[in-house]
Amino acid sequence: MSLAGFPDAAPLAGLAGGVLIGLAAALMLLGAGRIAGVSGIAARAFGLADSSLPRVGAWAFVIGLPIGALFVTSLTEASTPGFAAPVTLAIAGLIVGIGTRLGSGCTSGHGVCGMSRLSQRSLVATATFMVTGFATVAAMNAFGIGVLP
Amino acid sequence: MIRETLVPLAAGTIFGAGLTIGGMTDPARVRGFLDLFGAWDPTLAFVMGGAVLVMAAAWVIQRKMIRPAFSDTFALPDRNDLTPRLIGGSALFGIGWGIAGLCPGPGFAALAIAPASAAIFVAAMLAGMLAVRLM
Repeated sequence: MSLAGFPDAAPLAGLAGGVLIGLAAALMLLGAGRIAGVSGIAARAFGLADSSLPRVGAWAFVIGLPIGALFVTSLTEASTPGFAAPVTLAIAGLIVGIGTRLGSGCTSGHGVCGMSRLSQRSLVATATFMVTGFATVAAMNAFGIGVLP
Repeated sequence: MIRETLVPLAAGTIFGAGLTIGGMTDPARVRGFLDLFGAWDPTLAFVMGGAVLVMAAAWVIQRKMIRPAFSDTFALPDRNDLTPRLIGGSALFGIGWGIAGLCPGPGFAALAIAPASAAIFVAAMLAGMLAVRLM
């Protein structure tokens, strides 16, 4: 299904993916009693943050992410998406790592888990990273900086 | 030990599948959403909307539970203060997200899709996290 006015959009696939992400986060919350915040769980797995989440659990969650992706790609015939050049990925990754630790979360912890709980901190954090994300892409486009192949 | 591992493993796997189905492991799709003033692609809004709706229901259920199904206690954030650290960090994160079109979840999930590219992003991200840890 396509969306009028947005020929590239995949609303149904997006919604289906979103519902799965919500179910995964709900399983973490109602099953393990934790927030499914990827940046925090990753930091915990690699010993870069203190948390009451057992480290083995943090590792299990992180390892699950590519396993889930592999399931999907093995069942579909989508072409491999294009990624930015190594130096761009390194710069972006560094900024994401610093920002998510200082900001105590990312798209999953603040965006999915926090916003759905109407957490004031998460609403402000999500609005902030959305705005700087929009501004970053707008500025790069204005200067003609393309990063994807 | 088994329940401490299996629940997060299942959650991570479902999460990674959802990210991939929703197109979030494709940086072009994420940057398309962030390109609000250009050829805007609203797909990420559907991903976020679907996830938030399901989680909103989960929070309603959580309030009626004394303890989690497979763990002894809920360990949830309880802070409500808006700090420069929260806002500055989130602002930085948005910049990094916009540059390459990747956030932490899709970064790990993409290890199964474009291992070399994803590994560079993840390694740099962990280095950034280490830098904050050492601050």
